[in-house]
Amino acid sequence: MATVIVDGIQVEVPDNATILEAAKLAKKEIPTLCYHPDLPAIGACRICVVEVEGEPLLKTACNTNVRDGMRIRTISPAIREARQTALELILSRHPQKCNECVRNGTCELQALASRIHVGEISFPYRQRPGSPDVSSGAVGRDPSKCVLCRRCVQVCEVIQSVGAIAVQGRGYDAWIDTPFSRALSEVGCVYCGQCVDRCPVGALFEVSHVERVWRALQDPEIHVVVQTAPAVRAAIGEEFGLPPGTLVTGQMVAALRRLGFDKVFDTDFTADLTIMEEGHELIGRLRDGGVLPMLTSCSPGWINFIEHFYPDLLPHLSSCKSPQQMFGALAKTYYAQKAGIDPSKIFVVSVMPCTAKKAEAARPEMKDSGYQDVDAVLTTREAARMMKEAGIDLSKLEPEDYDLPLGVSTGAGVIFGVTGGVMEAALRTVYEVVTGKKLEKIDILPVRGMEGIREAEIELDGLRVRAAVAHGLANARKLMDKIVSGQADYHFIEIMACPGGCLSGGGQPYPTTPEIRQKRAQALYEADRLLPLRKSHENPVIQELYREFLGKPNSHKAHELLHTHYTPKPVYG
Amino acid sequence: MRNPSRHLLIPMDPYTLAKGAERVKNALEKALALSKLTDRVRVVETGTIGHHEHGVLLIIYPDGVVYGDLTPDDVPQIVQEHLQGGRVVERLVVRDIKIPPFHPQVYRAEKQVRLVLRNVGLIDPENIEDYIANEGYEAAARALTSMTPQQVLETVKESGIQGRGGAGFPTGVKWSFAAREKAPQKYIVCNADEGEPGTFKDRLILEGDPHSVLEGMLLAGYAVGATKGYVYVRGEYRMSIARMRKAIDQARSKGLLGDNILGSGFSFDMEVREGAGAYICGEETALLESMEGKRGEPRNKPPFPPQAGLWGMPTVVNNVETLANIPLIVKNGAAWYRSFGTPTCPGTKVFTLVGNVVLPGLIEVPMGITLREVIFDIGRGIPKGRNFLFAQTGGTTGGILAAGELDVPMAYDTLRQVGSGLGSGALLVVDDSNCVVDLVQNFVEFFNHESCGKCTLCREGTGRLLELLNRLTSGQAEARDIDLIRRLAVNMKRAAFCGLGQAAPTPILGALDRFEEIFREHAEAHYCRSGVCPMNAQKAA
Repeated sequence: MATVIVDGIQVEVPDNATILEAAKLAKKEIPTLCYHPDLPAIGACRICVVEVEGEPLLKTACNTNVRDGMRIRTISPAIREARQTALELILSRHPQKCNECVRNGTCELQALASRIHVGEISFPYRQRPGSPDVSSGAVGRDPSKCVLCRRCVQVCEVIQSVGAIAVQGRGYDAWIDTPFSRALSEVGCVYCGQCVDRCPVGALFEVSHVERVWRALQDPEIHVVVQTAPAVRAAIGEEFGLPPGTLVTGQMVAALRRLGFDKVFDTDFTADLTIMEEGHELIGRLRDGGVLPMLTSCSPGWINFIEHFYPDLLPHLSSCKSPQQMFGALAKTYYAQKAGIDPSKIFVVSVMPCTAKKAEAARPEMKDSGYQDVDAVLTTREAARMMKEAGIDLSKLEPEDYDLPLGVSTGAGVIFGVTGGVMEAALRTVYEVVTGKKLEKIDILPVRGMEGIREAEIELDGLRVRAAVAHGLANARKLMDKIVSGQADYHFIEIMACPGGCLSGGGQPYPTTPEIRQKRAQALYEADRLLPLRKSHENPVIQELYREFLGKPNSHKAHELLHTHYTPKPVYG
Repeated sequence: MRNPSRHLLIPMDPYTLAKGAERVKNALEKALALSKLTDRVRVVETGTIGHHEHGVLLIIYPDGVVYGDLTPDDVPQIVQEHLQGGRVVERLVVRDIKIPPFHPQVYRAEKQVRLVLRNVGLIDPENIEDYIANEGYEAAARALTSMTPQQVLETVKESGIQGRGGAGFPTGVKWSFAAREKAPQKYIVCNADEGEPGTFKDRLILEGDPHSVLEGMLLAGYAVGATKGYVYVRGEYRMSIARMRKAIDQARSKGLLGDNILGSGFSFDMEVREGAGAYICGEETALLESMEGKRGEPRNKPPFPPQAGLWGMPTVVNNVETLANIPLIVKNGAAWYRSFGTPTCPGTKVFTLVGNVVLPGLIEVPMGITLREVIFDIGRGIPKGRNFLFAQTGGTTGGILAAGELDVPMAYDTLRQVGSGLGSGALLVVDDSNCVVDLVQNFVEFFNHESCGKCTLCREGTGRLLELLNRLTSGQAEARDIDLIRRLAVNMKRAAFCGLGQAAPTPILGALDRFEEIFREHAEAHYCRSGVCPMNAQKAA
């Protein structure tokens, strides 16, 4: 431990603590811009400068470690002038079209400028190089708004190991771009949107589906159904001022109903269905000597990643569509039949924590219902924006229930939203199906947690099934390299593209931090615990669906509607 | 040829080659063959002698005659009259270049002391025998066979030598940081990514005496326990790269690099790495990033390279000139080294003396010499009867010294007190036909071009400074622009990420402090007293 003095206040901090952390303990919030708790602190923006006694120059609090006895000043004339100068220089290259910007109100630069007042900006506006790009249909870029904090570059490189974007050019003319300024759709970008989530300003954003959803909602001819992904309910409350980790399932349902959706359904239902299909696929592979380890397939960022970077491993992927796509296919077949609605008049909207889901829904193969299975994908943020525009404060509503039949789900479905959840849900079902015994300990703790890669073993009638879980694509890459080199003796691997799983997907409310992810995870596990049914195969509507429509898991019909295929793709192309 | 009666030295560097040195040398060899002198004289291709204003040179030892501005047509006359007839060809003699005696221990002439440049211009840099004949590799041999690494380290520490790359950090202390690290691999990196405008001393050292740098690295490796060395050479320095590679090959074939050098059990090998043109890669951590194949940008410090450098391993990054000093220090001892220079700043400093002086060129002077002595004694003063306006010490990032500061001793500590430094070793002399604002604009143009773009203050600051200075030099400025320039410069200096951004303001603030009235004339009256600035012209932003 080190003793440091921050503005006269003595605090004890670990030896490797930064000045920023020490100041926090002294109840001093040093302003930052490029710093993000998930990423290596690079000290690029120079906003967090402080004075350290004995040092001739100012130091950046984010990446300067404390020394025992260090005396720090977090505010002084020199500090104020340096911060104001740095901020003024940043603002002078920023378009300042705040009212037109999707980040109006959530922009970190705006917040910083309101905290550190610079007055009149002495320098004329000079636009940064680079051209806007929304070609991916999922993640959009507008380099003119960029403040060169490099969080996006770092998250893409360090956390996702994708490297679709990097700093181009030098000095005053530097900007963030793809290799050779190609479209984002041509550089191996997986559309995970982690960059969007880390971007402090509006330089990165989801390609919006808000208008097309409004159009559908206001068209009396169209039957608009909405599905909500598991992770949305643990986060959307943040958009309405509720603390992270507030579970607002029923209020979210009420809000969506008030927006005008004809039916409010739950992706958790098709998460349960995914477990049935994927669980039986695993059992089949184990019994028949199929390709192992089997890899989960519900995270579209992950699917993009493996198609681009490990195309040789595609046979390892489960052929199951993601819950979103299973829902779309069933909404326009099973539900249409059951409700007696012409499927051409059904418009399926998803509310997803994810930007990659937009690209997934647009895949050409995703029309097994005879129509594009999912018509529009809203991120959690977009859904909240629509509610706010319509004057609906979710936090003030009484909870309501999902509609039947596609709104019934179990605890196994809801934990899809957290890393390890698909694995846990699958093991709950696979165990009981294979052994015919009742699983006593439903909480499979070894697969829970926030370790980047976790392993577990479960005994299934004499076979020890080895499972692994990874979240964040850099961790996925480690496991894939193990498979390639023949060192992976797993049977089943769950991969989520985003750190923490869907709960910190690229479409979730700003911001994300390790603490916020932890709280959202707790909320999902709490939702699981509170549900009367916690195993997918016990879901009565799933049982009814198989009885009435699909036959049995992995049946011909199930394959037609609920399974898909994958395509090797070059990184650049 | 055992005992040639004469040595004929032809400096071969990019400049003399451009002037036809190769053709002169061919003519010389032809004429020598015709006169049957080939066995009696030795033609030596050397590095530069330090001066370029006399074209192709031929230096004849032991006569001590320097011929200059030679063409192939002059050669037969020199061979017949001088070499055969013993009569100096007066019309070709250059008189303002004094040459050192042959095989000098220490060459002192005209206030110069040549330690680093002891061999430059005098030996064939492509021949290891020449270096060995001039006591080369004696230090390495002694160190490896009769000194412990600790003793080598202590000697360098006691010598008090400070890094010649610009920052002036004590070399021995830097080494000791790396020496005490426990690591499976340590590295020595020679920083030869010389990029300051007006600076070319490292190039001339590498071209003229690559083995001195190689030996310095070998000694550094021995002292800190590194077994691998890299010379990171600016990519445009083709001749430095070629000569360094040749030196490495020769040293390896002599067993001076490789496994178990001189039976000492110590192994060390080296490689040349080429830079790709970014000035920022002269900053040691950006250099390491570049060597690792990444975008050349500075790293956060700490950890410093001696703790975690190349590929995360302890790494000593030393400048070319620093390393070229090391063999002399190890061979002659710390006390000997401290007999040069000042007590707080021992040794010599190599400068490239450029700008408005009569005799520009490569010089080496003891630390503590005054600017006046350098400019008016060594450089022979300001040409064309103009007056001294200012000097910039240390390259583009160096401070500005006005006429009242001509007697400040040139050493790290004394220059620091007046807001300057020795920097990269360029010494720019500016007379009053120039405009200080125009020159500062020029410096900032360079920084703006070379800023890597990582940190706000340098990236945006240099760009805005350039815009403001363009306004000043084109008659579009307002009075408040001076304050803006000062505010940007002060805050870059205090809070930019790395040495580039922190040092870029040095000449700006130095010039503003000394010549504020000239800046004000530009800003307020749109008037340039020297007439240099096109006050009504539109300058490109």
